[in-house]
Formats: sequence, C-alpha cells, structure tokens
Amino acid sequence: MSEYRGGAQARTALARRHRVRAWEPLPWIVALGFFFAFPKHLGFGTEVLVTILFALSLDLVLGYAGIVTLGHAAFFGVGAYTVGMLAKHGLWNEPLTSLALAGIVGAAVGLGSGLVLLRTRGLTLLMLTLCTMALLEEAGNLAHTWTGGFDGLDSLPIAPLLGRFEFSPLYPTTQYLYVLVVLFLCFVFVRTLVYSPFGQSLTGIRENILRMPAVGAPVPRRLAVCYTLSAGIAGIAGGIWAQANAYVNLGTLGLDRAATVLIMLALGGRGRLYGAFVGAIAYMVLSHFLSKIYPTAWQLGLGLLLVVIALFAHNGILGLGETVWRRLRVSRPLNMGAPQHRTPNPPL
Amino acid sequence: MIKRIVALFAVLASLATWAEAQEVKVGVNLPYTGIGAEFAQLVDRGMELYLKLNADKVKPYTIKLIKRDVKNPGGADAKIAVQELLTQENVDILAGWIYSPNAIASAPIVTAGKKLAVIMNAGTAHITNMSPYYVRTSFSMWHAGYAMGEATSKILKAKTAVVGYTDFPPGKDSLAAFKRSFEAAGGKVIDEIPMGGAGAVPDFTPFFQRAKDKKPEVFFVFVPAGDHAAAVVKTYAALGMKEAGIKLIGPGDITQDTKLQAMGPAAVGLVTMHHYHADLDNPENKRFVAAWKEAYGAAAVPDFMAVGGYDGMALIVHVVQALKGKVDAEKALEAVKGWKFASPRGPISIDPVTRDIVMNEYLSEAVMKDGRVFQKVIGKIDAVKDACKEQKIGPCAPK
Repeated sequence: MSEYRGGAQARTALARRHRVRAWEPLPWIVALGFFFAFPKHLGFGTEVLVTILFALSLDLVLGYAGIVTLGHAAFFGVGAYTVGMLAKHGLWNEPLTSLALAGIVGAAVGLGSGLVLLRTRGLTLLMLTLCTMALLEEAGNLAHTWTGGFDGLDSLPIAPLLGRFEFSPLYPTTQYLYVLVVLFLCFVFVRTLVYSPFGQSLTGIRENILRMPAVGAPVPRRLAVCYTLSAGIAGIAGGIWAQANAYVNLGTLGLDRAATVLIMLALGGRGRLYGAFVGAIAYMVLSHFLSKIYPTAWQLGLGLLLVVIALFAHNGILGLGETVWRRLRVSRPLNMGAPQHRTPNPPL
Repeated sequence: MIKRIVALFAVLASLATWAEAQEVKVGVNLPYTGIGAEFAQLVDRGMELYLKLNADKVKPYTIKLIKRDVKNPGGADAKIAVQELLTQENVDILAGWIYSPNAIASAPIVTAGKKLAVIMNAGTAHITNMSPYYVRTSFSMWHAGYAMGEATSKILKAKTAVVGYTDFPPGKDSLAAFKRSFEAAGGKVIDEIPMGGAGAVPDFTPFFQRAKDKKPEVFFVFVPAGDHAAAVVKTYAALGMKEAGIKLIGPGDITQDTKLQAMGPAAVGLVTMHHYHADLDNPENKRFVAAWKEAYGAAAVPDFMAVGGYDGMALIVHVVQALKGKVDAEKALEAVKGWKFASPRGPISIDPVTRDIVMNEYLSEAVMKDGRVFQKVIGKIDAVKDACKEQKIGPCAPK
C-alpha cells in the first residue's frame, strides 16, 4: 500500500493518530496513586495489572487482527511455567532475564502453533486454539515431575529484583511497581504497533480478509507475526504472574483464565487500546468487592452487568462512552484509539 | 470530681480492651462459587453448626467469621483472599482451604502472616510441611489409601489388586499409599490404570474392562468425590464385575454421603476405607447428624467435608478458650498440640510433630437397610497417622 498519490497525506494521518493525547497519562497516574493510597490492596492491584497485560495481548489478536481465540491462556501458562520451572529446579531465578525468556518461549509457542492454526478461520480456529491449550494443560499434568502437576510449583525462589528489591509475600510493593513498569513498556510497544502501517494492515485484515491480498498485503504472514507478538506478551504476563506470586500451577493453562480474559475484553471494548484496562478493572474490581459482600451469590450481580453490556453496548464500556461523548459533542471529533472503520483518506 | 472522671475513664478504657479481647476474628477462605461451591457449603455448614450447638463453650468470647470466596483452585485468588484477610481484616486465625493447590499457594503468606491456619479439607499429604502455622483437621490422602492397603490384605484377605485412579495428584497419592501398604502386607498390585483427568467425568468402560480382564480379587479405585463416583459405580455394575468376583474398593470419596443414596442398589457391595460417613454409630455422630437434619432439612446429610469444618471449628474454639481470647500464633500452636476431641468420626487429636490429624479409619461395606443404602462398619483401625509423613516419603520428608 505504498505507491499511491495520497502517500504523504496517509503518513501524516497515521502520525497524527499516533500522537499522545492529553488524557493518556491519566491511567498511569491513577495506577501510581493507587500504590500510595491503598497499600493494603496491592496484592489485588498486582493481579489486576497482570490481567490488564494479558488482556492487552489478547486485544492485539482478537481486537485488531480479528483472530478469534479461546486458548490464549496457553501462552500465559507457558510463560508462567518457563519462569516457574527454571526457578524451582535451581537453573535460573534472576527476574528480568527469566521474564524475557518467558516472553521468548511464549512467542515461540505462538509462532509454532500459529503457523498451523492460522490456516483456519472462525469456529475451526476457535476449537483448535482451545485444543492447543488443552493439550498443553494435559502435557503439564503428565510431566508432573517437572511441572508439579495439579498441585503446581510452589515457593519459587525468585531472586530480588535488580539484586536489591525483595518480593515480599505479605506486602507486595515490589511486585506492584515491577508489574506496572513492565505493563507500561508492553503498552508502549503495542500502542506503537497498532498505529504503525503494520497495525493498520491488521485492522484491514479484520475488516475484510479477502480484500487485503488484493492491495498486496501478505495476510498469512501478517497474522502469524501478530499472533507471535501477542503470544510473547501473554508469555510475559504469565511469567510476571509466576514471579509476583512465587507460584505456578495448571490453572494458568486453564479454560477459566482464557474465557475470563475474553469476557473482560468484551466488557471493556475490543480493538481499543484502553479496552483491556477498562474491562479488566471493571470485571476484577466488581467481582472482588461483590464477592467480599456476598461470598455465595456475587456472580449474579456480575452476570446481570454482562447481560446489560451484551444487549446495549456491543463495543463494551469504552464503546458506550464514546457513543455518549459523540452525541454530546458532535462538532469535535474524538479518537480513543478506536478502530478505523473508514479508510483514513478519501477513496482513491 | 477530677478523680471521679479519671476513674470513669479508666473503667471505660478497661471495658474497651475487655470488649476487644472478647471478639476473635476468624478469616474463612472457601470456594463459595463455581464447581467447589457444593463442597464449600458443606464445610461452611459444619463450622456454623458447631458454633450453633456449642454457644456455651464459646462464651465469654465471640467468634466472628469473615468469609471470602476463593472462586477456583487456581491459587491466585485464594492467595489474595488470604493476604487481605491478614492485612485488611487483621484476623486472628485463618481457616478453610478446600483445594490443595490453594493451600500450597497460600503457604508463604500464612508463614509471613504468623497466624494459626486450620485446613478443613485440602488433602495433599505434604501441605502441613509447607508452613509451621498449618494445622489440618480433615485428612491426608494417605490416611485412607494406606489403611486400605493394609485392610485389603489383612481383613479382606485379598492377594491381587488392580488400581484405577484419576490422573491428578490426589489420585497418584492414593495409588502410592495403597500400593505401598498392600505390597508390604504381602499383596500384589498387578496393574495400574490412569483413568483421565479430574476436570470431566470420562467413560470408565475401557478402563474397567482392562481391570476385569486382569482378574484381580479387588479393584481399588480412586476418583474425586461427586459425579465421578456415581459413574464408577454405574460402570462397575454394567460390566458385571461383581458377578465376576471382583470386589470394588476405594477411599470413602466414592461413597460420599451426599451422593450415596442417588447411586441406589448399584452401590451395594462397595467396600471403602474412610474416617467418616454419616452412618457411623457413636453418640457424637448421632447428635451431629440429627442437628444437621434439623438445621438444613430432613433430606440433607453431612459428610466427611462437613466433619472437617465441624472439627476445625471445635479446634478453633479450644484455642480461643485456652489462650483466653488472645490468640498468639506460637501459643496457639502449643494449645493445638495437646488437643483431644470426641468428634462425630470418633476420638481425634493433632499429631504434635506434624500438626496433622490422628483419627480412626473405618472399613465399611454398603448394604441395603430399610430401603436405603447403609454403610456397615466391618473393620476399624485406631489412631491412624499420616503414613506419608510418618515414613518421610518423597515430598513428605521435612526440608
């Protein structure tokens, strides 16, 4: 899509979309503020941040490239087990390098499975992603001398971060800040990616997979790269989860985790950079506090909310907010990192 | 006048500290929702029933239960629940744990939090080694498995056995325990059949056919309590294994009281080893079962999980009384070690070395009586300890 008359214009349009908006530092200020305001909730906060990172990786494949997957926890689990097995068997426990390794292993599994899976679409793809995850889970169960099986690997001896900051089990201050920084870096990466021509071509593939080869986009390769990158980020999310909890078990590879993150993304709004943030926070905060108040019946409240969102806000909470905002201020265009359904330039 | 005011304040202040000492906060973590909700309800009811029946034993203190849903066996949610019970609610005692992975994930926090933690179900043997504050009032997988191996040889007089087990740690634990004691007593395990995972109930026919073809005297089966067990009993009957002279045996999970009546006549002839079932004949159990039916309906029946919660709460009340409402973890551990209790499952105590439960194991056979399936006790082994820790096998050896 390079040689056409509006090339320069397109570049400007892309660059303009990439600019940092005034409100964008806000989530990060809130996240830092949370650290100081709620020191007793940091364990929960850390879990939320990890989940946001995981949801972000799913958003890349599902929201941007339109790859429908129910098995994304496979990469989360692979990353978690990479960190867990290396630490537990006394091979390597330095946090930063083992986290990088978790990302690499996640990406490798993503590439390997993606090359096969991405030849299919729709329901077949959905089932195959689910199968991949189930196979990995069963492999983890069978190799219990390495993985600890159903009971998992406990009390992982993770070395202090940068050789200085201990991971305290009771007051996870180090974990929280560590996850926040990693989330920020991954977010910047994903943000850059989706606003790049590569990211635009992903949106194009999602919107019309038959037309993209016609404009010369190598669809299978683009999808495989996207799937690999997303798997790498999911691997990092899993690895950091294992480090923060000093623990890993088969639950990291389970359908429960894969399905929940899908629901979160739908709740927040997929194909929007901040959908992962809004969805994960809304889902987890609601379920956390509802389950505190009603330990036996909290799922009813959450279920009702999901029904309402599914009925009245197809694009999730962010989509709803955007619609309301547009109606209020028709004159001023607004972009919350939403997918571009129209081509950025006038038709050729 | 000033003296009077000072005196008044002094009295008020002492009253306030006294009132504070009266309330003991117990943080309960159980899977109140999801697939474990049924189990959580049993343990929860067991705890509540003890407090209701023994209100006078709790006085002058009050026990406040702060309940948290741990949602799943994944470990992470349980960990957060325990963390927050400690740091936000400042609980004096922790209790609960249905799933072993959750107890394993929580162990470092329990150790760091320095509070007595009473495990009311989770059965992986080595958990109590993982934190010095863990005390278990339920069971270890080795209690029933090991006792069954011994009884199969000595009471049932069987020489050959096939073991079928659900392929996850409790199943492997159960297999290891049974095999060890059965072969030590002169028996021989001639085949070991993994029968799928714990997630879904498989079709047991091929596994059972393989067992039948080996012609053992007994077929030892471990599957998780609940729906797996019902399918096991059905398949056993359908393949005519009883007629072929193969006895179906296992730990009491396959004859869980809450599922037993639904199995009906097909369950007759099952021989199980367990520390509790609702048909045990002792005065404490009669009182317990009657109170349970009165509180939760005539159709309700307690089971081994309910007893885990009931006895756990009895232990907590004992600790609170012994320490006069000021629960310090180290002193609580001392108080726990001397504890003896007449439980519905018979006399129990806590092993001072391993902090695990010591209890009787009952060999029972399912028979029809008055139109319902009744568990008849045909043998008993007194004061059974967790053999895995006794013999320091594998992960049960202290680090």
